[in-house]
Amino acid sequence: MTRARRLRLRVFRVIVLVLGGAFFLVPIGAMFEFSTRGNRVGAPRTLEAWTTIVTYPDLLGAIRDSLGLATITSVGMLVLLLPTMIWVRLRLPRLKRTIEFLCLLPLTIPAIVLVVGLSPVYRWMAINLVDTIFLLSFAYLILVLPFAYRALDAGLSAIDVKTLSEAARSLGAGWGTVMFRVIAPNMASALLNACLLSVALVLGEFTFANLLSYLNLQVEIFQLGLANAGTSIAVSVASLMFAFILLVILSFFGRPRKRVAPERTGLPYPIAAAGPR
Amino acid sequence: MTTTVAAAAVGTATRAGVEVRLENLQRRYAGVTALDGLSLTMAPGELVALLGPSGCGKTTALRLVAGLEQADSGRVVVGGEDVTGQPTNKRDVGMVFQAYSLFPHLTAWQNVAFGLQMRKVDARQRRQRAGEMLELVGLSGFADRFAHQLSGGQQQRVALARALAIQPKVLLLDEPLSALDAKVRARLRDEIRRVQLEVGITTLFVSHDQEEALAIADRVGVMHSGRIEQLGPPTTIYSRPATPFVAEFVGLTNRLPGVVRGGEVDVRGSRLPLVQPDTADGPAIALVRPEAVSVASGGETAAAPLVGTVIATAFLGATSRVTIDLGDITVLAQLPTSEATALPAGTRVRIAIRADPVLISRDEAAPERA
Repeated sequence: MTRARRLRLRVFRVIVLVLGGAFFLVPIGAMFEFSTRGNRVGAPRTLEAWTTIVTYPDLLGAIRDSLGLATITSVGMLVLLLPTMIWVRLRLPRLKRTIEFLCLLPLTIPAIVLVVGLSPVYRWMAINLVDTIFLLSFAYLILVLPFAYRALDAGLSAIDVKTLSEAARSLGAGWGTVMFRVIAPNMASALLNACLLSVALVLGEFTFANLLSYLNLQVEIFQLGLANAGTSIAVSVASLMFAFILLVILSFFGRPRKRVAPERTGLPYPIAAAGPR
Repeated sequence: MTTTVAAAAVGTATRAGVEVRLENLQRRYAGVTALDGLSLTMAPGELVALLGPSGCGKTTALRLVAGLEQADSGRVVVGGEDVTGQPTNKRDVGMVFQAYSLFPHLTAWQNVAFGLQMRKVDARQRRQRAGEMLELVGLSGFADRFAHQLSGGQQQRVALARALAIQPKVLLLDEPLSALDAKVRARLRDEIRRVQLEVGITTLFVSHDQEEALAIADRVGVMHSGRIEQLGPPTTIYSRPATPFVAEFVGLTNRLPGVVRGGEVDVRGSRLPLVQPDTADGPAIALVRPEAVSVASGGETAAAPLVGTVIATAFLGATSRVTIDLGDITVLAQLPTSEATALPAGTRVRIAIRADPVLISRDEAAPERA
């Protein structure tokens, strides 16, 4: 590659980075700017909208409920999808297309149609079982299936599931050990990806909660926006920042390990620096 | 690492080998017969190699012993116990796979200790035995490395240590060398044999590489269409093949047209005795090893009745393989390199065929060569 071409490539990368960064950061910056404006024209900047977040009990409750929903949905998704996908890959590969189709199906159904279909079920559950916002996690579980499936499928494709599981089985491991101590740790990035997507989707979900008359974070932000736009925007920026922090954590988890501390062996002899290859 | 050290290291982990019997194993996949009544008895501590082309059923046989697949019928008996219905994790077998199978999230020693942990061996013993096993395969200095920090050969050695650490009754090696380059493969092959002899474990080795199988095994079983065509020591398999398939699959073979008459086959004037003298008269293909073909010095027409032209010479080290064109067919001759270098391409030569008993083939279809 010539020097001029390398330079052109570098410039191109920088331009793409700047444009991409601007695309994401300018709206967030604008939101932050709006949330720190004073109450009247010419008033100094203030963090009042941010500090008042904690003074809205409904808002705090909505944040708590949304985080709870995100947790329940993520855990439910992992419990449902991970063993199923591993089992299908190992023992029932002919069902892979069927499972994939079922998991991707929610993408093709508009949320309003799903809500109309689910509302009698929710009404029945609210009357006969228990009326709690956490029932929404059943619907959210369906919503996150396509995204979580794709993330987990990519993770499973990146490792030799069959050989690893057969090796573990030959060493005496049961199926539970194979799944949770051999396969799952080797697709940690995919698991985190799936969880992140689930959390992001649940924290940003509005239609289901609103139409089923539950008060989650997005519904509360919407209602708050009618009364106090500054606080509403501050909460939106905070939830975006929360998703961003999750992404950063994910990127650290996804990195391959470079170095290992020697004391981890616990072997009764010193570790040589090198040896025959 | 010296052998003495290795022997001392393995002292605590050694268990006497057990007899392994495969009795009339049958396995079909969607109408295709993978194993067709395979029977094999392995003596305690013996290393048997199953050799054959792709699809002959050798890996299926090994997977049935491991319990990774279930036989349609037949039995697997390990150390006198029928394990046919037992799941893999209860079978007490150690296995090394063709693909790299170390758990990527664990270090080498954690990989070796994994099976011991499954058997609820206490932490101190786990550490000690994992260390011994890594020392046995010459990798004690690599205990803290992850799989991606090890070369292919090192990964397979750790996999061997991991398989042996649980003191299995039988060791199964599923083409463990096929992903490695030639030099590492030869070295690791010797390493596996050394370790197997030291531990004294009954071992089933599967390979499509005849050199590998003949070099490592006490006995070699050549498989074809789900059955063992011939089972015997490597020298017998090579020098006295029982069937045309074995003759053609193991080593190189010249297919020379001839005519069977009175218990001999006449190949262009050379009369060669038959392995099976009661073969019916008629046209046949004589299967002749390259080392049975010699190049005569000029003028000895009676002793070397075939005349041809050298068209290529392949240097193999101490010997060379010379390809000689007889007009309508080509013949391979394996000669000492000193002799072969005197025969550049284009040299007219007379060749003779040693009168060793030969097999004949009347089936023109050659077996698939791996």
